[in-house]
Order: sequence, then C-alpha cells, then structure tokens
Amino acid sequence: MKGILKLGFKLLVNDKAKFSALILGITFAVYLMMFVTSMFFGVLNHASANIINVGSTIWVMDPYVESVSNSVGMPNYVLDAVRSMHGVKYAVPLYSGGALVKLPDGNYQPVTVVGLDDTSLLGRPALLEGKIEDIYAESGFIVVRDAEFSKLENPHIGSEFELNDNRAVIVGIAQVATSGLYGIPTLYTTYERAIQYIPNPRFTISYVLVEPKSMDDIPQIKQQVEALGYQARTKEEFMKRTEGFFIYKTGGGINILIMTAVSFIIGLSISGQTFYTFILENLERFGALKAIGIKSRDLIGMILFQATFTAMTGYGMGVGACVLLIWLAKLRLPSYAAMLTYASLVIGFVMVAIIAAISSYFGIRKVLQIDPFSIFRG
Amino acid sequence: MPHVAIQAKGLEKWFGEGAAKTTALRDVELEAYFGEMLYIVGPSGSGKTTLLSVLSGVLKPNSGSVRVEDVDIWSLEADRLADFRLKKIGFVFQDFHLFPRLTTAENAAIPLILRKKDWDECIREAINYLDIVGLKDRADLPPVKLSGGEQQRVAIARAMVSQPDILIMDEPTASLDGDTGNAILSFVYKNVLNSNRCIVVVTHDNRIFEFASRILHMEDGRLTTAEKGKA
Repeated sequence: MKGILKLGFKLLVNDKAKFSALILGITFAVYLMMFVTSMFFGVLNHASANIINVGSTIWVMDPYVESVSNSVGMPNYVLDAVRSMHGVKYAVPLYSGGALVKLPDGNYQPVTVVGLDDTSLLGRPALLEGKIEDIYAESGFIVVRDAEFSKLENPHIGSEFELNDNRAVIVGIAQVATSGLYGIPTLYTTYERAIQYIPNPRFTISYVLVEPKSMDDIPQIKQQVEALGYQARTKEEFMKRTEGFFIYKTGGGINILIMTAVSFIIGLSISGQTFYTFILENLERFGALKAIGIKSRDLIGMILFQATFTAMTGYGMGVGACVLLIWLAKLRLPSYAAMLTYASLVIGFVMVAIIAAISSYFGIRKVLQIDPFSIFRG
Repeated sequence: MPHVAIQAKGLEKWFGEGAAKTTALRDVELEAYFGEMLYIVGPSGSGKTTLLSVLSGVLKPNSGSVRVEDVDIWSLEADRLADFRLKKIGFVFQDFHLFPRLTTAENAAIPLILRKKDWDECIREAINYLDIVGLKDRADLPPVKLSGGEQQRVAIARAMVSQPDILIMDEPTASLDGDTGNAILSFVYKNVLNSNRCIVVVTHDNRIFEFASRILHMEDGRLTTAEKGKA
C-alpha cells in the first residue's frame, strides 16, 4: 500500500498548479475559520475578565444580571442575609462600575473601578509594585498594568489624577490574569471609597462574593439565595452566563456562525471543485489503472490519501497563518482579543475533515463509476 | 502442439435493451496459443475491441466463457479478477494512457507498484525494461517530453514489466505514423514475443500484418475467417 500511496502523492503534488490551488483554498478557509473562532473565544474570555480576576467561588447577584459588566445594584440587607445563611463561610460586597478620570494633560479617560471589601480585600490583584495595605491610604487606588495602562499616561506610585472630581493617588501597580473587553484601564480601591467617589443609585452592592464552608454547601446556598429573590452562581456558571449573553444576545454568536459557514463554503467550493477537476483530468488514467488491475479498495485508499494529505497540509498552514497573524497583532496591540483555543482547533479540524470527505466522496464515486472498457473504446 | 493461452466459448455480448439493443459479439469461439501473435482485424464497429475486453477480463460477456491459462476468469470475483489481470495480463492501450505528471520510469513501474512491491525495486525493474525498449536515457523525463513512438514504447515497457503471460495490444499503431508503427510491432515481434507468451493484437492497420502468426477476421460481431500470418 505504501507504494500506491506514494504514487497518489506524486500524482497530486506533481500537478503543481492544482495542488497549489487546493492548498491555498483549504489554507484560506482554515485561516478564516480559525481566525473568527479565535476572535470570538478571545472576546468571551475577556468578557469574563472580572470573574476570573476576582476569583470568588460564588457570586450573588440580581437575577436579571446577564454579564459581569452589567450589574444591577442590590440593597445592603442582601449582604446581611447571605452572611447568615447555612453553609456560608463568609460573604463580602463587591462594587463594579465605571468612572471618568481627568488626566494631568486635561484629557478624560473612562476607567473601570472595582471596589473591594474594606475588611477582607477579597478579590485583590497581585501587586507588581507597592503594598496592598496602602489601598487604605487617603485617595488610594491601585492601577492594573495591562494593555490599557498607557491610557492613564503610564502612572507610577504617587501619580495623581482626578476621578469624578475627587483626588486619586496611585499606591500600587498590579497585574491580573485577563484584561477587560472594553479597552479601558482598571482601578482597584476599597468598596467604601468606590461608592463615595462614584455617583450611585440607591443600591450600591454590585455583587456579594461568597465563600462556602464546603463545596457540598453550594446547592443549599443557591436555594436560600433564590428564596431571597436573588441568584447565586458559581464562578463557572457566571462565566457561562456571560458567554451566553455575548453569544446569543449581542449578535456575536450568529455572526461567528455565519463567518464560519462562509469560510467552510469557500474552502469546500475551492478545494472540492479543484480536487474534482483533478480527478476528472486523470479519469481515463484511473480507468487504465483499473484495467491493469488495481483493486477498488486500493484506488479508494489512494484518493482518500490525496484528499487527507491536502486537507491536513492546508489545515497546518491555515493554523500557522492564524497564529502568525495573532502574534503580529499582539505585538502592536497587546490586548488584542483573539485567542487560539482547543475548541477553535477542533472546529477547524472537523470542518477540514468534512471538506476532505465531501471532496473525496465525489472523486471516488466518479472513479468507481468509470468502466475500464471505456479506455479501450478511446 | 502449442499450449492454449486463451480459450473462448460461445461469447455473446450486447449493449442496451429493447429497441436500443446492439449486439457486439455473437457466439464467438476462439483459441489463442502461447508463442503466437494473434491479430483480430475487421472494420470499425465489428466488435474487435469488445472481444479484446472480454478476453482480457475487463468487460463481462452476457454469456459464454473465457479461460485464460485454464482459469475461468469470469467466474472470479472482482478483486481476484483484478489480481489475475495484474499478474497475468499486460495492456498496451491505443492512447497509451501514461500519467503526464509521473516520470517515464514511474509510469513503466505502475503494474509492479500496484502489486505492492518496494518502490525503489519497482523503479529499478522499470528502468531495466525501459533499457530493453531503448529509452533508458529518458527514464527521468515526463511522457509529454517523448514522441508518440517513444510513448508507445513506454506503454510496452509498462505492459512488460510484470512479465505477463498474455499481452493485449489495442490498436497499437493508431496514434503513430506508418514507419513508427511498423518499428514498434517489429520490436514487439522480435523482443517481446516468446514461446511462453501470447500476444493478442486488435488492429485495422494492414501495414503491420506481416508480424501476425494468425489473423482472425471479424465482422458484425462474428469471427468470419481465419488465415495464417506471414510471421
């Protein structure tokens, strides 16, 4: 069989024009598929940035909250009620909101402000510079060093700016696991300072962060919170809900689906048509092989090998092109949202396998149909 | 008494049904022997190519039997019949049917490759046969760089490389000029035919009749007359 596969390989690659067209078609289709899915998974990952960075086991919120960035304020009694529930080890409030910073040069820059519980500082980021207790200092804020850091004119410890007409001083520089989706800098401060600096509606608690006594207590905590008229979600559930919001309610999901389908159709039409033409051009010679004595299974194996080899080469090149482009984009835009995931790789692989299967199916059908007698008829 | 290589009995073959039915073979009986070059000749549409296909195990007859070296080939199932053709029968097609993207040596090696022999060994063997047909120095060229006569010689090398007992040649001179066709058949007669091989040639080119051991005339699906050749 090895020799027959080598024969198939040579027939395929020696037809340089068609082989190039096949590879380019599949590479382009894979690149498009990988790129749009990578963009989408990257967006989903960034959309859940606050959940990942704060890292609480359970998040209590208003039932209508659909993504972490769109919180609905809860009254203070919710915090007290949650603290008194069975199975709760501790519960603290979290503030999450937006504010406007006036920079020393007079420009304004929107920021995300995360207010951590004053007592525990639960959900605090890892500090690169400064000490966490300085967050309690007058007007103390910690700034996250991410891709958006420079938008605050690269502040350092001691830098000052105005935040909603209040004085703010940088007391620490932190790093987080994932930066946010909206391309604005993030500041951490205490919960009390956050609600003092930022104008708020009647209820100020965005989320109640809960640590259960044990993982077995999670179901009963959820039940008790639900009885209170609110909702408790584990970190994973909240991330999934946030992702669901972006997939189903922002049009992002359907756009990705359309783009992936278009890429698939492009790949299928280019490679399918080229492969079929390749088979048609060699049809008489395949008929001659049948007359000489090639077995049907060897012929099928040869065509499947040609389709698989083309598909896998195109897949590898498509993935490579996607990785290269994301890498280049991230050199210029460090917060570039695209993220190559196993899911993207699997989606791309499945699509390419389908393209190869459909292309080879029609080729095989044609070759099996050819009657070697037609070779004699000329 | 020469040994029988091919024996056909009561061959009938028709295409289509009802009003569209065309009968290509009518009760054809023949024997071909080792050591002979048997010509089947006749006008276009007389059924010679159909007969050649049926004799070589490519086209199944509607009735009758074909025994090649005492094997009833049409009783074999598809894969075994393909294997039988691969080992016992060599084909030279009218249009050569060489792969333009393979080298001459690779084209000539195809029957050995299909027999799943080692690639390098197949190419070595093919080059030996290209040497026999005088094309060793063209082994690395693609067939499109060769003349019609040279391509036909590559096709002969391909047919010979697996050392078949039966060689089937379908209109071997149809794509060649008179001199080249004559040279090719002369070459086959002198270098390919031997006492252990039977060559069946279908042609209507009377310029190459001089190489025939026997000539069977066909008309309207029947073998009409047989004559002894000059060779």
